Amino acid sequence: MKPAPFVHHSPRALDEAVAVLAEVGHDGKVLAGGQSLIPVLNMRLAQPAHLVDINRVAGLDTVTVTDTHVRVGAIVRHAQLEKHDEAYAVLPLLRQALRNVAHPAIRNRGTTVGSIAHADAAGEMPSVAVVTDAVIEAVGPRGRREIAAGEFFEGPLQTVLEADELVEAVRFGRLAPGTRTTFVESARRHGDYALAGLGLAVDVEGAGADAVVRSARASYVSVTDIPVVVDLTDAVAGQPVSSPDWSAVEDLVQAAIAPEADIHASSDYRRALAAELTRRALTSLTTETIESTGGAA
Amino acid sequence: MTDLDQTAPATVDVTLRVNGVEHTRTVEPRRLLSDFLRHDLRLTGTHVGCEHGVCGACTVLVDGDPMRSCLMFAVSAQEHEITTVEGLGTQDSMGPVQQAFVECHGLQCGFCTPGFVTTITAFIAENPDPTIDEAREAVSGNLCRCTGYQNICKAVVRAAEITRERADEDGAR
Repeated sequence: MKPAPFVHHSPRALDEAVAVLAEVGHDGKVLAGGQSLIPVLNMRLAQPAHLVDINRVAGLDTVTVTDTHVRVGAIVRHAQLEKHDEAYAVLPLLRQALRNVAHPAIRNRGTTVGSIAHADAAGEMPSVAVVTDAVIEAVGPRGRREIAAGEFFEGPLQTVLEADELVEAVRFGRLAPGTRTTFVESARRHGDYALAGLGLAVDVEGAGADAVVRSARASYVSVTDIPVVVDLTDAVAGQPVSSPDWSAVEDLVQAAIAPEADIHASSDYRRALAAELTRRALTSLTTETIESTGGAA
Repeated sequence: MTDLDQTAPATVDVTLRVNGVEHTRTVEPRRLLSDFLRHDLRLTGTHVGCEHGVCGACTVLVDGDPMRSCLMFAVSAQEHEITTVEGLGTQDSMGPVQQAFVECHGLQCGFCTPGFVTTITAFIAENPDPTIDEAREAVSGNLCRCTGYQNICKAVVRAAEITRERADEDGAR
């Protein structure tokens, strides 16, 4: 349960980190918060000869809010983003999802960008990245490139990132004004890996009890190989928020997911759970619409 | 840059500030913070359970925030202020969380206790008057195999009380 020996590199500037990674990337890993990487090293599931520790790289620890996105630097801790009021004000889904990321002690050290680069199918933040049409800002010896979140994930723990590239920041896209979001998941114990979960963004037309659903998009946790956006619009468009019928949702969700079975839950159980959580999330957002826009239900 | 394999040293000097005291040791970069505290500094109050971040026994405070010391390298913990359970009180002068664990029977074997004490210390600093539900949520990242958690949750609420009582006493003085 101890890591194999490695050479520790601690660059202070981004170009230095890129230069080191260019030299050792073929047999190295980038260390940010380490809350996924260090368990892997401790269990010797990986034995990289070099670790490029980016915790001291200047300029990677900031959250920037613009008119179109929330940009999160590579060493911004989950807890830092979760508590960021300006980011919450424009993209509440970030905080809604981050509250489900492991336990506070892990969120104090783990980074949001790192969890996206790690690409665990049970991770919350990769799912948030796709549903917000995030852009991954990668940098390497051949320069910078931007990758749409929808094209970033290739498989469980696999991304299109080259061995000598690192993610400098992720830009989460802001959703259209009036979009309502929630993040729900079911785990044996709050903070554990979810059996299933989803981030949901819903658009409604009108106000109060007369409002109807215009569109809805979801992305799932623990029931797909890679995070993908499932457009639920066909199943929910036109539903009145006061007496919605979500019966068409289940088929759409079932067609889009392919949960694996493990000791915690069968594939069928996860399927049923994902559909049920989707219905609950839709209900909570539409109920909230009635309350917040002043209609009498 | 030349061949990194040959120029990089096999050991590094690591300087950590732990419970207000600075210590320097020469260790391999792979030295976990938990092992640095226990083996190199002989601060054996920090316990090591699972070594992959699940059990919470090794939780220490880094600049006041709870973190898993088994999921940090000592070399990465430099420039931070580390607080271990040894820094939160002594047998003759217990901290509020330690006192509450004694009063509420919050432990049996005691293996997990240091991780609870550090975690709860940070929690009540942010939430000075928690409900029992908030207390349960606060300790959800720490495993205990003896107590069944009921008395630990009571100890969280009691620790907050003791902290407030002590603040009042200090204020009255």
